[in-house]
Amino acid sequence: MQMFRLIFGLLALSLVTACSSDPDPVEPSEDYTPTPKPLTVPPIFERLLPPPTIPADNPQTVEGIALGKKLFFDPILSGDGTQACASCHKPANSFTDDLQFSVGIDGSEGTRNSMPLFNMAWNGNEKFFWDGRATSIEAQALEPVTNPIEMHNTWENAVASLQGHATYPELFYKAFGTRNITKELTAKAIAQFERTLISANSPFDKYLQGEGTLTPQELNGFQIFMDETRGDCFHCHGNENSPLWTDNIFHNNGLDAIITDKGLGNVTGDPSQDGWFKSPSLRNLAYTAPYMHDGRFATLDEVINHYSEGLVYSPTIDPLMKAVSRGGVQLSESEKADLKAFLLSLSDPSFINNPDFQDPN
Amino acid sequence: MKKLALLLILAFIAFGCSNNDDDSSPEVLGCTDPNSLNYNPDATKDDDSCVYEKNVTFAFTQNWAGTPVTAADFNSSVYQNQAGNYLSISKLRYLISRISLHKADGTTVDFLEYNLVDLTDPSTLTLSPALNVITGDYTGISFIYGFNQADNMSGAYPDLNAANWNWPSMLGGGYHFMQMEGSFDDAAGAPQPYAYHHGTARVSEGVFEQNFIAFEFDQNFTITDDATIEIKMDISEWYKNPLTWDLNDRSVDLMMNYLAQKDMQRNGATVFSIGEITQ
Repeated sequence: MQMFRLIFGLLALSLVTACSSDPDPVEPSEDYTPTPKPLTVPPIFERLLPPPTIPADNPQTVEGIALGKKLFFDPILSGDGTQACASCHKPANSFTDDLQFSVGIDGSEGTRNSMPLFNMAWNGNEKFFWDGRATSIEAQALEPVTNPIEMHNTWENAVASLQGHATYPELFYKAFGTRNITKELTAKAIAQFERTLISANSPFDKYLQGEGTLTPQELNGFQIFMDETRGDCFHCHGNENSPLWTDNIFHNNGLDAIITDKGLGNVTGDPSQDGWFKSPSLRNLAYTAPYMHDGRFATLDEVINHYSEGLVYSPTIDPLMKAVSRGGVQLSESEKADLKAFLLSLSDPSFINNPDFQDPN
Repeated sequence: MKKLALLLILAFIAFGCSNNDDDSSPEVLGCTDPNSLNYNPDATKDDDSCVYEKNVTFAFTQNWAGTPVTAADFNSSVYQNQAGNYLSISKLRYLISRISLHKADGTTVDFLEYNLVDLTDPSTLTLSPALNVITGDYTGISFIYGFNQADNMSGAYPDLNAANWNWPSMLGGGYHFMQMEGSFDDAAGAPQPYAYHHGTARVSEGVFEQNFIAFEFDQNFTITDDATIEIKMDISEWYKNPLTWDLNDRSVDLMMNYLAQKDMQRNGATVFSIGEITQ
């Protein structure tokens, strides 16, 4: 009873404040439309990349993004109300976590490393997850809720929780013009928020835009990255004119002689794609350890050592892992140090600290 | 101005005829189809001069010495090149730009679009330029494999940037012209990777040499309707003519290799041909 009174009181208060800040509150009506809020495209993307991919049936809106953010950080979507998207996709970790495998609500571990989230509207081929099995962010967002080793819920139950919540029906109305909550609308809101997670303000971005300088070591590391006979990283991981720092496609990068996780091959059914995983962006590596689809490398040094001398042959290995017969591209210790310095110059502190991306609840 | 002159002449003829008692039903030759580009409302007899705008589509096909190659062959079909290497293909992407159709009157129809052909992406296997063509007689087709020097500007094309198609600035910048990758069996029969990547050739530090190939095919054809023109790549030619390319000698790390880059350009000269024109 006391709880009821509290809620009533809060509701009354919110009405009062709403009225005080808005002298002419919009009454719900059939022709309500949310406020458009196109993505703010960073200058370096504007200059070098195609426009962001926004589905025609899910335009960015102020209300949709706000709802998506609230949902992203709210454990209400999980089976026991303990896990949110943000539990495994934390802002401080560039929206991944620091574990090899994330742990679901029942204590089960997954089999793949939680992916960091940023610049998703520039994933031109629209294939999401390490194995590319989701063909839109909206489709991706549906999966973790019902995955038994993740949020282990049913969408029926998750939607019922949202529908019965004190504020969500109103927030869905503001975002989509209906109080009838569905899993599709929930995924749409989350996708709108995720598309706002744009990272393009690293020291290297500032250098490219003529707004900052790099150390000689970082610059030398970039030369190693771009040199086909040394690092040869650019064929999969971008360059100064391709600032996503990923090709957004799939490769077997020579991790194992025997492929146990088939990756893309499991999705397409094509055995020649067994062990192919999506190239991750090199942005924000400072916050996203451990690395690789299975989180096997705890440090960037281990990653660099893998490409330098740890490559292992398997029949589906990418030809770009060209030096596999001698274990890798054989960088010297100083080359490795320089390459690492360059890689870290792609990390963007203003992204992980962006106040727009923090827990609103 | 020409039209006006034509009208005056026609008017003169008409007047002239009206004064001529011997011929009361004058005949005016011209295009009598109102749907054509050069419809002449005064024409009384069609003289087969009507011309129309039509769409043209370029279809990019690949073959190995005549045997079709598609993405379905990737990682499975094995080919033997001139040097005797057994190889399979896992990736083939290449850039075609500045396609032009040459007309019998010496003018050209110049299409502005470039096309990054990626065998794994069916949408890139055809190109339908925005510009329409005029029906009539044509005498040739030309295009650039890669980008010419003026077009090969670093970072200038967002879609190619997103495709990671850039060529390193230390090698002259701009874009790749081709990436052909796969596996071949070395002398011991062991699988080895190859990455036949082509672009601007680096002579020495800061000195670069253009490496695109301009193709011009003399071929008489008549466009009568929406047309599809096939542009064929015979992949085996990259390994054959004039230089027999042995993957045991040159398989990877070829981008910085000036001689390899120039040999690719030489061998490229016989790679493309015009296939079927259907309409």
